[in-house]
Amino acid sequence: MMAKKKVALKKKARPEKAKPEPSEPPKKMTTVFIMGKAHQVPDDATIMGAIEYAGYQIKRGAGCREGFCGACATVYRMPGDYKIYTGLACTTLVQEGMWLSQLPVIPAQKPIYEIEKLEPNVTAFQKLYPEIFRCVACNTCTKACPQSLEVMDYIQAAIRGDIEKVMDLSFDCLCCGLCAIRCPAEIVHYNVGLLAKRLYGRYLSKKSPELEERLREVKAKKFDKEYAKLMKMKKDELEKLYYARDTE
Amino acid sequence: MYPEYMRESLTLVEKTRPKRLELEKSGKPVFRPMTAQEREDVLNRFHPDYQPEARRIIRVGPNKGESITTEVADMLESHSRIKPELIDLSKPDYETDILIIGGGGAGCAAAILAMQNGAKSIISTKLRLGDANSMMSQGGMQAAVKPQDSPTRHYLDALGGGHFDNKPDLVRALTEDGPEVVKWLEELGVVWDKNPDGSMYVLHGGGTSRKRMHSCRDYTGAVIMRTLMDEVRNHPDKVTILEFMPTIELILDSRGRCAGGILYNMETEEYFAVKAKATIIATGGYGRLHIRGFDTTNHYGATGDGLVIAYRAGANLLYMDSVQYHPTGAVFPEQIAGFLITEKIRGAGGQPINKFGELFVFPREPRDVESAALIRECLERKNGIQTPSGRWGVWLDSPLIETIEGSGYLEKNFPAMVRQFIRYNIDITKEPMLVYPSLHYQNGGIETNDRCETNIPGLYVAGEASGGVHGRNRLMGNSVLDYNVFGRRAGKYAAQYAKSVSLSKLTVDHVADYEDELKKARIKTDRVAPVLLPFYTPEEVRKRQLTAHYEGTLR
Ligand SMILES: Cc1cc2nc3c(=O)[nH]c(=O)nc-3n(C[C@H](O)[C@H](O)[C@H](O)COP(=O)(O)OP(=O)(O)OC[C@H]3O[C@@H](n4cnc5c(N)ncnc54)[C@H](O)[C@@H]3O)c2cc1C
Ligand code: SF4
Ligand code: SF4
Ligand code: FES
Repeated sequence: MMAKKKVALKKKARPEKAKPEPSEPPKKMTTVFIMGKAHQVPDDATIMGAIEYAGYQIKRGAGCREGFCGACATVYRMPGDYKIYTGLACTTLVQEGMWLSQLPVIPAQKPIYEIEKLEPNVTAFQKLYPEIFRCVACNTCTKACPQSLEVMDYIQAAIRGDIEKVMDLSFDCLCCGLCAIRCPAEIVHYNVGLLAKRLYGRYLSKKSPELEERLREVKAKKFDKEYAKLMKMKKDELEKLYYARDTE
Repeated sequence: MYPEYMRESLTLVEKTRPKRLELEKSGKPVFRPMTAQEREDVLNRFHPDYQPEARRIIRVGPNKGESITTEVADMLESHSRIKPELIDLSKPDYETDILIIGGGGAGCAAAILAMQNGAKSIISTKLRLGDANSMMSQGGMQAAVKPQDSPTRHYLDALGGGHFDNKPDLVRALTEDGPEVVKWLEELGVVWDKNPDGSMYVLHGGGTSRKRMHSCRDYTGAVIMRTLMDEVRNHPDKVTILEFMPTIELILDSRGRCAGGILYNMETEEYFAVKAKATIIATGGYGRLHIRGFDTTNHYGATGDGLVIAYRAGANLLYMDSVQYHPTGAVFPEQIAGFLITEKIRGAGGQPINKFGELFVFPREPRDVESAALIRECLERKNGIQTPSGRWGVWLDSPLIETIEGSGYLEKNFPAMVRQFIRYNIDITKEPMLVYPSLHYQNGGIETNDRCETNIPGLYVAGEASGGVHGRNRLMGNSVLDYNVFGRRAGKYAAQYAKSVSLSKLTVDHVADYEDELKKARIKTDRVAPVLLPFYTPEEVRKRQLTAHYEGTLR
């Protein structure tokens, strides 16, 4: 993927080969248009790899580099095709003729709220995200989602006040914002999903009695003696205890 | 899709699966766990840390004379990004109670607790808030909540995993605060995996003797991180967030107390001085230094910056000779090389299998041992599978989990993992993954006590940047817990400290002093640190950049 990394890694990962494999096929190249400019890049590169291969040093537009953070939202078109495609630069592979641009940031304000003062029902959405009621059910958001989430469905669930459903459907959302820039109703979907998750976790998920019991025990200093004993033990004593312990 | 030549081996994995399933169901360990001697042997011979060039003596600073990871020594023996004489500290650009360096999990947890303890803070962070290793953890967080478990048992597990080098007071704080952190996060709105009766759904991790891994499907880190970020953003009057503005040096006062930092705007290239009564380093790890040439699981900004700035200011480092390689990084397809395959896969019953379809190691040894065993299987026993680009790997049998738990289990519990591979036409519910160790975690770091204090008054450290709690080997699930426990503690104790302190004259003289020390040790180098971002520009391009100016790795 990254030229420098790969060279270095090969040295390590196959030490019994002194020289690079002569039979290794030369890289196959392909042409992509990065912000409108043609570049030759390896045909098996990710978009992010291609941008770096072309000589850009990324400052905005890369975070986790593994499909978790949503920093690398990218829009592209393909030759002879009128459609706008969306994807994550870190996990989407380049294709011949791809015409692409990263979105350094998605403008979207987040309303301020106090989670303690909200109620876990439709009023929370009405108050903070009244625009969701403008959804025209066009499904563009769902088509834009690189995680293949049912985005429209979770917005519809929010309109109904079904917090559990919103939580469930938006669980894997990366907050990349690609749905939000495509939405004709100007909804910021991922913020709605995040609010639903927080409301569900705090108010609606079933509470664990075991957890409460353990917290009481800790508070009552039930483990103090045992800690004191363990913390005084020498390494060989600890080792004995450790290797003799049973496993669930 | 796997290339044709791997078919034969894949068939063998399928063939041995029913037998291995039986073993798994028997309730006994599927492979005999190693004895202490066996662990030592495999570590000595195959763990990357134990190779001769892996460590060298550091020649300057508080740990002078100690043998530490070569790449870290290189990074520490480097020049500052600033000339101290150009910095005017008479009129700081910002003033606050607490400067928090790093907007990952530890930083955000600290900001929340600081605010609840009456302090205002500024978060200086390198990328966007939450672009951090904390966003990426999939597996989960340890905490002893179940009746058959206890915080002291957790303590012993952590100690054994860390080869008994862990600092006892830190491990106690970690394990004793665990249950409270579960509760705190739930109250903030984290959606934990639960059983239908509301009790916590927990799994094993490497080195755990009780099931205590709490998770949010396989987006554990993402769910926790986004909840913490959202909470921080709900209080703009108390927390100011400065993105793309990493801290590149600390500021001290004339009495040697930490008094804030110098921030660098990576886009406009301006420098800013932040005066703060207390400072918390929460800069995370160093995977992007690509130690020993390994690929990494870490985020783009994981370059060990906190270590350098603290070290120049005189902070002690601990266990900087030990690097964590995660046993299971992806090696195929090439585009995802280095990506993490969560340990929870092995927690749920996934087994590492060699090219003959054989189990060769207990799936849940501590990470360093498991990694060394995988390397041995490939390099010494030659029982690995080689990818078209020449990488070695062994199988991680994920379809076995579907057989144990019923079909649909992976899709439901490991959606991120399934998604990662399906993009490349590999269905991990039907075919195993090919894995090899990947550079994962900074075991050591800046030395702290259980109040997150360092040897510099006013300087606190939390999360992966700190050292001591995990000894020389962290167990899975203990660092998500770590950044929560110590992020919270740092926020609280720094806020209390900030109430009473009044700073004297600000200085960055320590930066000049460090330069002098380099000169005296006759260290000549063009290295610059903090590194900030790794350098991925191809050589060909670099050669043509005739007039480009680089400060270290940064153009
Ligand atoms: C892929 C992956 C999976 C993982 N899975 C698990 C798991 O399942 N369980 C577990 O317990 N642990 C896991 N870990 C480890 C765990 O996630 C991290 O150790 C932990 O999140 C570290 O938290 P932190 O807040 O200390 O650092 P981070 O979350 O990395 O935050 C540090 C922040 O500081 C910023 N920064 C860096 N330098 C500077 C600077 N100079 N100035 C300002 N800001 C700076 C960074 O950009 C980042 O935003 C995993 C790690 C990775 C990479
Ligand atoms: S729901 Fe929207 S923000 Fe979330 S991942 Fe899908 S497109 Fe991105
Ligand atoms: S894109 Fe907007 S309007 Fe269309 S379905 Fe999605 S939320 Fe509704
Ligand atoms: S860089 Fe994080 S999702 Fe692509």
